[in-house]
Amino acid sequence: MDKNTNVLIVDDYKTMLRIIRNLLKQLDFNNVDEATDGQEALAKLRAGNYGLVISDWNMEPMTGLDLLKEVRADARLKSTPFIMITAESKTENVVAARAAGVSNYIVKPFNAETLREKIEKVMAHA
Amino acid sequence: MPKVDRAEIALQVMSGLNKTEAALLQELESLGRMVAAAKQEIAAMRVENVDATHLPAATDELDEVVKSTASAANEILDVCETLENLQPSLPAEAADTVGVCVTRIYEACAFQDITGQRIGKVVNALKQIEQRVRETTGRFAPSTALPARSAPAQTEGERLANGPQPTSAASSQAEIDALLASFD
Repeated sequence: MDKNTNVLIVDDYKTMLRIIRNLLKQLDFNNVDEATDGQEALAKLRAGNYGLVISDWNMEPMTGLDLLKEVRADARLKSTPFIMITAESKTENVVAARAAGVSNYIVKPFNAETLREKIEKVMAHA
Repeated sequence: MPKVDRAEIALQVMSGLNKTEAALLQELESLGRMVAAAKQEIAAMRVENVDATHLPAATDELDEVVKSTASAANEILDVCETLENLQPSLPAEAADTVGVCVTRIYEACAFQDITGQRIGKVVNALKQIEQRVRETTGRFAPSTALPARSAPAQTEGERLANGPQPTSAASSQAEIDALLASFD
């Protein structure tokens, strides 16, 4: 797993961004960037070079699912590993995310071990 | 034009009815009086207290709860980051213990996101109630009636964005992992 990869974390709760950033730092990921909604994230992804996206679902004006669909529809970004971290735990949400091409799905509240395990899994397939 | 005696007309009508028809007519009259009374009561409701004072005050209070918990969570995170910065200067065992404890605090601080989303759902519910109260009372006081709303088009992501489920109904990480694995 390349710990130097650029990671983009997306959440409209600044506290959650800070928590995920600190947990990633504990996992030795130090190149971490942030966005507070899907639109801002998409602009950063199109302008930059990221090896992993970790996104919330429930954001305005663009949700995490809509961001995921945009990423998978973009020729340059489509193979970027994308982990959804969300409180949306209904089966239909997981199915919709899977259909849109999510790499893995973490339900909030989550623990650091789950985050590490899912990142390792998706990066191994990247 | 002679004044029409409603009671006399009613008597004439009643005399031409059989027992069942008369009972039905009485029932309809009774229902009519109830509807009229309900309309008067709804029109007389002090709705301005609900939509101008109580509901905005309730949503403001809830917004303050979210701000206060966010502020507290950030204070806790400040302290955690200070502790993490101390780790290199600690003996290995103590540094490990601090690391484990800080991780647990980070995990616990995620409560603020979940509670914030739950409170957001309550605020939206209050706004819906406010709107329905206005519409209902507006029907009986046309001057305050609001124009009908049309729901904006939603993406799939927006339609499925419902926030945290009640704990009893929420899927666990293990259930979600199993569901994802079933697609492989």
